[in-house]
Amino acid sequence: MPQARVVLKNCGVIDPKDIKTYRDSGGFKALQKARTEMTPEDVINEVKVSGLRGRGGAGFPCGIKWEGARNSAGDAKYVICNADEGEVGTFKDRYIIENDPFTLVEGLALAGYAVGAGQGYIYLRAEYHYLLDLLRGAVSQAKESGFLDGFDIEIREGAGAYVCGEESALMESIEGKRGESRYRPPFPVVAGLWQKPTTINNVETLMNIPQIVLNGGGWYGKMGPERSKGTKVFSVSGDVAKPGVYELVLGSPLRELVEELASAKDVKLMQIGGATGRIIPYDMIDTPLAFEDILGAGAVTVFNKSRDVIDIVYRTMEFLTEESCGKCTPCRQGTEAMLEILERFSQGEGLTKDIKALEALAEAMMLSSLCGLGQAAPFAVTDTLQYFRGDYEKRIQGN
Amino acid sequence: MSKKIASRNKASGNVLVALKEAQTRFGCLSQEIMAELAESLDVPVNDVYGVASFYSFLSPRPLGRNVIRICRSLPCYLKNCQPVVEAIEKELGIKPGETTPDGRFSFELTNCIGLCDRAPAMLINNDAHVDLTPKKISQILQGYK
Repeated sequence: MPQARVVLKNCGVIDPKDIKTYRDSGGFKALQKARTEMTPEDVINEVKVSGLRGRGGAGFPCGIKWEGARNSAGDAKYVICNADEGEVGTFKDRYIIENDPFTLVEGLALAGYAVGAGQGYIYLRAEYHYLLDLLRGAVSQAKESGFLDGFDIEIREGAGAYVCGEESALMESIEGKRGESRYRPPFPVVAGLWQKPTTINNVETLMNIPQIVLNGGGWYGKMGPERSKGTKVFSVSGDVAKPGVYELVLGSPLRELVEELASAKDVKLMQIGGATGRIIPYDMIDTPLAFEDILGAGAVTVFNKSRDVIDIVYRTMEFLTEESCGKCTPCRQGTEAMLEILERFSQGEGLTKDIKALEALAEAMMLSSLCGLGQAAPFAVTDTLQYFRGDYEKRIQGN
Repeated sequence: MSKKIASRNKASGNVLVALKEAQTRFGCLSQEIMAELAESLDVPVNDVYGVASFYSFLSPRPLGRNVIRICRSLPCYLKNCQPVVEAIEKELGIKPGETTPDGRFSFELTNCIGLCDRAPAMLINNDAHVDLTPKKISQILQGYK
């Protein structure tokens, strides 16, 4: 399917420092339309009709999330933009903020209007500190132009913790605490930031909102398969000639992204969705990029035939073990236990019982971890056991 | 000084924001600084230490004037970050986790910093340095006093 420019519409076109270029491109017309011609419920309805699902990896239906917050009781409500982008191999949000921070501001303001929140936050990872002035500039220009009346946006920075991209850990971090996940229920839309109704949306999710409001949810719903409406911005890296950001209509085959656009050759496997993502071998390259099949936040890291499967899995688990918040036992101990086993396989000292141990750990972690980090941590292991079992078997002592 | 930081944050009781400010001002979160902050914010010192030890940009040990954070995640690894790490080691005479004796540089390995399309990449303080090769290191580091 062809590349699309919905989210990336203004990137490379407007001046990210100058609100005038954004307004000349139709900027803030959606917010004006919402405030003058639509009720908050109308806005939520268009987002529901659009079928927009979260673009940060979890894919929760955006309209339903906003409706949940709208309908929750609370003397204050909050809308948060998750700009913590820490998943390995993901840089689309960095690119978006670098090139079009204004659409993000408008999207967040629309979220505030829909939900009934007077306060918005943008949680920006510490590693993107060099984007802070640009983002602040967009917010202040929007404010000076009168677009943020009745709605305040505060930017909060992270301090170097991958897990703070998880929505409940993110809220703990804004509250000034360790970024540890919360028990759910209650969910954020009922009791989130400071126990008030809160929505947390990824940067890319919010980037879609102005056009959905202007063109209608039906327009958006025309793109993509049944349960994956719209476009997705992919971050492609690794063994490719043309790494970078690519926007495609959802449902496009992985081959189009990896071989045609990013010019990969001699591909052995691809990791889709970063360290907590799925691993698939080259012979599955015609898999559609969609929630129905394989997606995540759209990080696609390509590994060629020279790469070693066990090494890839080990480094993935090393990352997750370090970044685990430590609150729940299945993740804290499970990642460590998996890492210890994988280290032995790296040295060619695997034991036969290790494979069963990995599978048992995987099952426990997926079932009982408190958040997505622990629940998805085993994927690199389970997927490679499925598709590259021989690589493990030849590292068993005595084999 | 840390009392000023604490009183600014007392209303919100925000330990993380207070610690980040202290880190920027003092370069390190010593036991004394954490104890003072805890007292001024009226929270247990345990809580302050708990936050300080959680986040990788907060440091209980003294850091150099300039902090190099080079990415070692898979996309940078695939693009040969290891020779760049070795070039920095050679140039500065320190290994990851160490600080130069003159206090000019601290050197850390970090996880994905979102510059994978320009790998290998690193941050020095808040500056992004991309498309790294061992040859570029000397000149890049010269730019930091």
